[in-house]
Amino acid sequence: MLLAPLLALGLGASPASAGVATLCLAQPGQTACVSGTVGNRTNPVEGADVVLRDEAGTEVNSITTAADGKYSFQVTEAGNYFLFVDPESLPDDVEIIPPAPRFQEDDGSIRVPVKLGRTATPDLEVRSVDYDAEGSGFGEQIVQSIAQGLRLGLLLALASVGLSLIYGTTGLSSFSHAEQVTLGGMVAYGLVNVAGLNLWIGILLTTIICGATGYVQDRLMWQPLRRRGLGLTQMMIVTIGLALAAQYAFQFFVGASQQKVVVRTFDVVEIGPVRMTDMSFVAMGVALVAIAVVGFVLLRTRVGQATRAVSDNPALAAASGIDVDRIIRFVWIAATALAGLGGVFYALVVSNGIRWDTGMQILLLLFAAVTLGGLGTAFGAFVGAIIIGLVVELAGPLGAPGDLKYAVALVILILLLMVRPQGLLGRAVRVG
Amino acid sequence: MNEFLGILDAVVGEAISPDTAAVAIAVIGLNIHFGFTGLLNIGQAGYMLLGAYGMAISITYDIPLAVAVLIGLVVSVLFSFILGLPTLKLRGDYLAIVTISAAEIIRYTGRLAAFEDFTGGSQGIFGKDYQGPFMDLSFFGSGSFDLLPLNYRDAGGGAGLRVVGLLVAVAAVVGIVVIAKRMKSADGQAPKIGTTATPKLVVAALFVVLFLALFFSFPQTEPRTSVDGWWVRVVAWSLVGVSCIIVFLLVRSPWGRLLRGIREDEEAMRSLGKNVFAIKMQALIIGGMFGALGGMVYVLTGSVQADSMGRQLTFFAYTALLLGGAATIFGPVLGSIIFFSARILVRELSGAYVPNSIMSTQQTEQFSYVVVGVALVLLVIFRPQGILGDKRELRFHV
Amino acid sequence: MSEPTNPSTPSGTTTTDGQGDLADPAARRALMSGVAQVPGAEKPDPILSVDRITRHFGGITAVDVEHLEVQRGLITALIGPNGAGKTTFFNLITGFDKPSSAGKGAHWSFNGAKLDKTSAPKVAKAGMVRTFQLTKALSRMTVMDNMMLGAKDQTGESLAKAMFKPLWHSQEGEVRAKAEELLARFKLLEKKDDYAGSLSGGQRKLLEMARALMTDPTMIMLDEPMAGVNPALTQSLLGHIQSLRDEGMTVLFVEHDMHVVQHISDWVVVMAEGRIVAEGPADTVMANPAVIDAYLGAHHDTDLGDDDLLRDEVVKDLHHEADEEEAARRDAEKGKR
Ligand SMILES: Nc1ncnc2c1ncn2[C@@H]1O[C@H](COP(=O)(O)OP(=O)(O)OP(=O)(O)O)[C@@H](O)[C@H]1O
Ligand SMILES: [Mg+2]
Repeated sequence: MLLAPLLALGLGASPASAGVATLCLAQPGQTACVSGTVGNRTNPVEGADVVLRDEAGTEVNSITTAADGKYSFQVTEAGNYFLFVDPESLPDDVEIIPPAPRFQEDDGSIRVPVKLGRTATPDLEVRSVDYDAEGSGFGEQIVQSIAQGLRLGLLLALASVGLSLIYGTTGLSSFSHAEQVTLGGMVAYGLVNVAGLNLWIGILLTTIICGATGYVQDRLMWQPLRRRGLGLTQMMIVTIGLALAAQYAFQFFVGASQQKVVVRTFDVVEIGPVRMTDMSFVAMGVALVAIAVVGFVLLRTRVGQATRAVSDNPALAAASGIDVDRIIRFVWIAATALAGLGGVFYALVVSNGIRWDTGMQILLLLFAAVTLGGLGTAFGAFVGAIIIGLVVELAGPLGAPGDLKYAVALVILILLLMVRPQGLLGRAVRVG
Repeated sequence: MNEFLGILDAVVGEAISPDTAAVAIAVIGLNIHFGFTGLLNIGQAGYMLLGAYGMAISITYDIPLAVAVLIGLVVSVLFSFILGLPTLKLRGDYLAIVTISAAEIIRYTGRLAAFEDFTGGSQGIFGKDYQGPFMDLSFFGSGSFDLLPLNYRDAGGGAGLRVVGLLVAVAAVVGIVVIAKRMKSADGQAPKIGTTATPKLVVAALFVVLFLALFFSFPQTEPRTSVDGWWVRVVAWSLVGVSCIIVFLLVRSPWGRLLRGIREDEEAMRSLGKNVFAIKMQALIIGGMFGALGGMVYVLTGSVQADSMGRQLTFFAYTALLLGGAATIFGPVLGSIIFFSARILVRELSGAYVPNSIMSTQQTEQFSYVVVGVALVLLVIFRPQGILGDKRELRFHV
Repeated sequence: MSEPTNPSTPSGTTTTDGQGDLADPAARRALMSGVAQVPGAEKPDPILSVDRITRHFGGITAVDVEHLEVQRGLITALIGPNGAGKTTFFNLITGFDKPSSAGKGAHWSFNGAKLDKTSAPKVAKAGMVRTFQLTKALSRMTVMDNMMLGAKDQTGESLAKAMFKPLWHSQEGEVRAKAEELLARFKLLEKKDDYAGSLSGGQRKLLEMARALMTDPTMIMLDEPMAGVNPALTQSLLGHIQSLRDEGMTVLFVEHDMHVVQHISDWVVVMAEGRIVAEGPADTVMANPAVIDAYLGAHHDTDLGDDDLLRDEVVKDLHHEADEEEAARRDAEKGKR
């Protein structure tokens, strides 16, 4: 009973299993399935002709993928099968990423060992043709990954700097911050895709609206709770509850599928070995500017100095005439606005759309970034975010399969904590 | 009326389902971590998943059930060491971040195609691959059961008996509430665990009565298991009972006092010569073992599916814990029961009374979770001590 | 207690041959009379001896102690202006912090045992127990539970035995009886079933001291035990501390109130800017120019030993500013948690 909804929940994380289960169910001892997605779930490839052949080379079945990119075959005998995607059926600029050599066949098909009662899900991810056409050696892959890592890092930084500021000024680890990121994408989807606003006006409005949610939250909830002296752990659990409610509210209103902020695709720009959409460069630029502004505000303005003072020592700050509540409200507004901005661009250039759990998927990266840099230091969070972004993107080419690239970031975090508990830029706390 | 009974059936069914029991066991473990010791473990679902994998994979390799369970527990202990060694000397936030990360890593790894032979990848391990040895132990035979004049199968049909059962259940609830109130009003002094045992025993007895009454009034069929879910249900709830007893015995002891001392102030404990690190590690291990046990029970009726034990489940566990009352013995159990049945109630009510044009069936599901989330927020704000917790403890900030 | 033979003991006649002796003020004075009144002076029978401990925080040097010995069986006061490094010094020698000079000549020993790499719990187990400047009462536990936590070597604290009450039941009774006795001494008995969080600031100081005593320490280190305690209670607290000494315990305490220091301490160690600047009996050390320098800076001509002056505005003014800062810091620390 419980399982069903939870399975549905798990959807977010397991793209293939849920959809496939309905198409082909492997019966132990009788049948087996070969299924998966051409492309990936955020970027499925429509219209790809997928053929499954058996060991003798005879065709078992063939499928042309629909908009979701899914394919699924049922077989009744164990053994080696060969999966082939017709390159002609793929869009001109993409090709299937070759599998590991031991699964690679001379004719370009992929060997799939099949066992009865199991579902094999071979990867049929795609990449752009030029990627390889340029003779993309290992070095170039690395360069490309570094560029992508910087992109991811900068976008993560938008959210994690705010998370860190909130932690610094209030001591709160806000688990709902990831939902603020999703909110950004969702609002932009509503404004730009649904309501048809111009993208740039949409982004601006989204940032403002998200900032407003920060204001409202602090006004209606956090400030009263601080006044009541609610413990930090309790407040943290409040954020967990908020995150939960927000995720299902997104599903309630928008549904469980991925939504694009803009329908059109972006042009690809090439700079040396690096290939990214023009939007990616814009996103990185905007993120850099936004973070520079935050840095400037923190270092050079009165509000920023006050913020740092509050982070350092709230009581002393209050005693020296700083309106701590006002500063915290400012931090909430800034943090949620930045998270929203980050969410829009994340949806535009990284995840190619927004879904109810987009934010949740990067929550851990955000925490990792903030912790890595040292809890509560905004600049640490920035550095941490860049490092995490690079690690995540580099983990793939360096050999971490699938989602495990996220795990690599977390392992690095754990290792760092063992060596330098206070984080990269943090300070040790005083006892007694 | 039929609609109403249907809703009631669904709600009670959820309340006494083995899955609820499984989560309750995990929450009992979480209570040792968070409630008593103050360890912010946000990866309890990871423990559950490890326990489930440990047991299920072992059984698929024809290892006897008892050993398989042991393997599951040992794996969770190892996991505790891995998590604890780097973090237990640091501030609490770090444990939180590391546990949530580690739980995710386990989930990612479990889903990895490379380990498909062991974990079944994202499909998971099917129930029939590992549930056999457990089901074979059942001594319930066909699944029907007689207790004096009551027969588990029949009661479902007899409306008269059902009404009686309901009345008994209501009486038990009233009794529990009255005694609980009395215990509260006789405060003025902080309660000491162990000294006010008599009313607590009565409450426990009433819980048993309540459970039996519900049990016989609302028979359940669990289609996925061969023995009507009877066996699973009894084992699951017995384990809940045993877990409660173990926790009670542990926390009333000087060792339990150490845990609470650490929750309050680690430095003070260190200054008194207590090896805080070792004690926290012990607490992490014990609570983690309960988590693993909960995970094993959790998969007895379904399959071992990595994504069914993700972060959400940990968050549910926290909600249940806070609802029931952290640092209490029965809080986790009560909280789990109320949490899951309340969600079903919301879902069924909105399904039955809100027109489909406003809320589709899918949306009632989501709506119920939104309500749960908001409820968690309101609960923490307005009744942070939960149902069974002691309000006075909250006056002092930690 | 084995006595390390100290060849350079100034007065061979007055070694600690019995604790009863030290209950007698004259004996104590005689014991310390031969000790040179210089920083790092050697004591006839040091229970704690510290060498070359330094601790830096960023640019500042919080502690830089070349050598210090604490005499067994006496009350030693550690005084110094705010920020002198007293608390940090406590943290260092009790294992709550690590010296920057660790491994580079830092060395300290207690009761003949090296403590260089000992963790805080082990230091406490060895018999050196400290209290905190910012009290650490275990708020959501009863006063009684707070006390019972202090007791050492409890069978029921082992996980393996915890579940079986008969194994620890009788010991629990003994611990409880001892706790009640101590609570009675500290006038907290009627509070024993209240949550520690409901106690007043002064009562918490008392509780923390009583709790520390539950461990049967050989040496107790009190960080500002009198701060926030009313004068009447201070009197009785001082009585307690003296009786602890008379029972043979060594006491090292930090205090800002010079009257308290003069009243009960047998020896005074003065710290300033991380260094030990002077040592000596309470009545003479105040006149030491280094001390005056440390406390008063420019006010060179004032005599700190002059009791009246201490009550006067001079010191108050000087302390006032620093106290405010200290209060803010304390609040901040509370807020942070
Ligand atoms: N964790 C820390 N980080 C940075 N600086 C510290 C830390 N702990 C102590 N200090 C600094 O070390 C110096 C000594 O502090 P300490 O608390 O030891 O002084 P104190 O003598 O106990 O003062 P008081 O009499 O006010 O209690 C101070 O300047 C303080 O700011
Ligand atoms: Mg101090």
